[in-house]
Amino acid sequence: MLKVTALQKIYNGGASAVEAVRDLTFELAEGELVCLVGPSGCGKTTLLKCIAGLMPPTSGTVELAGDSVTAPPPDMAVVFQEYGRSLFAWMSVRANVELPLKEKKLPKERRRELVAQSLEAVGLTAFADSYPWQLSGGMQQRVAIARAVAYEPKVLLMDEPFAAVDAQTRADLEDLIRNIWQRLGVTVLFVTHDIDEAVYLGERVLVLSSSPTVVQDDITVDLPAERDQLTTRQDERFTELRARVYAQIQQAKNSAAPAAAH
Amino acid sequence: MTKTDTTDAGPPPGAPAPRGRTRSGLGRALLGAAGIAAFLTLWEAVPRLGLVSDRYLPPATEVLGVLAQRATTPGFWAAVGDTLHGWALGLAIAFAAAVVLGFTLGALPRVRAFTTSTVDFLRPIPSVALIPLAVLLYGTDIRSTLLLVVYACFWLIYIQVLYGVADVDPVAEQTARSYGLGRLARIRYVVWPTTLPYLMTGLRLAAAVALILSITAQLIIGTPGIGQEIAIAQSSNAVAYVYALIVATGILGVLINMGVRVLERRVLRWHTSVRGEATA
Repeated sequence: MLKVTALQKIYNGGASAVEAVRDLTFELAEGELVCLVGPSGCGKTTLLKCIAGLMPPTSGTVELAGDSVTAPPPDMAVVFQEYGRSLFAWMSVRANVELPLKEKKLPKERRRELVAQSLEAVGLTAFADSYPWQLSGGMQQRVAIARAVAYEPKVLLMDEPFAAVDAQTRADLEDLIRNIWQRLGVTVLFVTHDIDEAVYLGERVLVLSSSPTVVQDDITVDLPAERDQLTTRQDERFTELRARVYAQIQQAKNSAAPAAAH
Repeated sequence: MTKTDTTDAGPPPGAPAPRGRTRSGLGRALLGAAGIAAFLTLWEAVPRLGLVSDRYLPPATEVLGVLAQRATTPGFWAAVGDTLHGWALGLAIAFAAAVVLGFTLGALPRVRAFTTSTVDFLRPIPSVALIPLAVLLYGTDIRSTLLLVVYACFWLIYIQVLYGVADVDPVAEQTARSYGLGRLARIRYVVWPTTLPYLMTGLRLAAAVALILSITAQLIIGTPGIGQEIAIAQSSNAVAYVYALIVATGILGVLINMGVRVLERRVLRWHTSVRGEATA
């Protein structure tokens, strides 16, 4: 479904070129939920922008369902970390969710239906006429998720979406994402710096190295499909996987120096 | 989970605004009224006590009396109408031109850089320096007023629009692009709302300046309006009427400012500067 091949991104800041991403190759099968973790500053956001078609890579390709991505593709939705800036303060919750559908030229009836369904899916039906800034942070991020869901994407990209919400809200939102993913069968690429979150959410975890970034490890999460904040996190297997990802990230950090000198 | 945690909400959509604001608002209005009363009393007292000759400063009651009496004559209202006409038309032209040019150049950074030095040169030129030119071109026609008003207001709004266009949040911009919003849609749904607070500031400043220049043009060039009336009253030594007209322009200025503020509150009800306590 989503195929990233030999992706490289070099930022040309005049004399000093920075190689943010060196050589990334991975693939997401249709309907997969994959988490991408890596040490901070490893180019996760750069990678996501390249995949989303918001930024051209220096070399390498991104393919969505066989088509090369050069501009934001119509089958992809992005949920950003900064919900407060990603939602439009001048529009009601309903208008925020509906705007991309208008641009898709969907008929009014269909738009109304999709907005109602997606707001219900995130539990915000009662707040359709509120403005985003009247809601709590967690609710705002749910509006952003509803907007992505209503867009009916084949691939959902999430860029550290829960980094700015409190721990309890975060647990709720994690379950919401699992729930939406299972019901809609959408392919999800979830970027995070939180190891627990990556293991809890993902069917697979890709561990990135330090910048210049390559895929360091690809771990299949063989936990049961039905996950629960209490039992899953106490599961022995969860702890093992968590330890493995943690060890990989430590290794990525420590190997940063020789890799950079290379 | 969906049902239960909707209760962690902030205020529900139609929640009443906190009371404190209306009460202190009332207190402030009372203080304001008391201030005006004190000012009028002082104005009444100074000429009556002989501190200033009432040939130069007639007492407040006399001036307000003349104003009330003139306000029943059609000539007075024609002058007010002419002034407002020049004000509104000039402001509208400046607004439209500044918005169109500001958005165009805001989207073309190279052209903008190319014009910046010229703009910085033209902007500080006081509009009144154009009076001889206006007279030469249009005489005492309303177009003379418009030239001065448009020139001064255009820069005020134009600069604000440029700031606003440059202030678009990159995350909002990326969101719009990732959801397939084209260039025009992004201008309409992202750039325009981002620019609105700046635009309203420019409009508020320009609305006041437009009135000043409208009166100036009438006073000095003699285009029709309150300014021209003041010049005529002065030359016929009707001192109380001169003051009455000055008071009238003051009232006009206050009304215009109030109008723009109401507009600002309506248009920017979503903006941090207006939504204020409602979200706290």
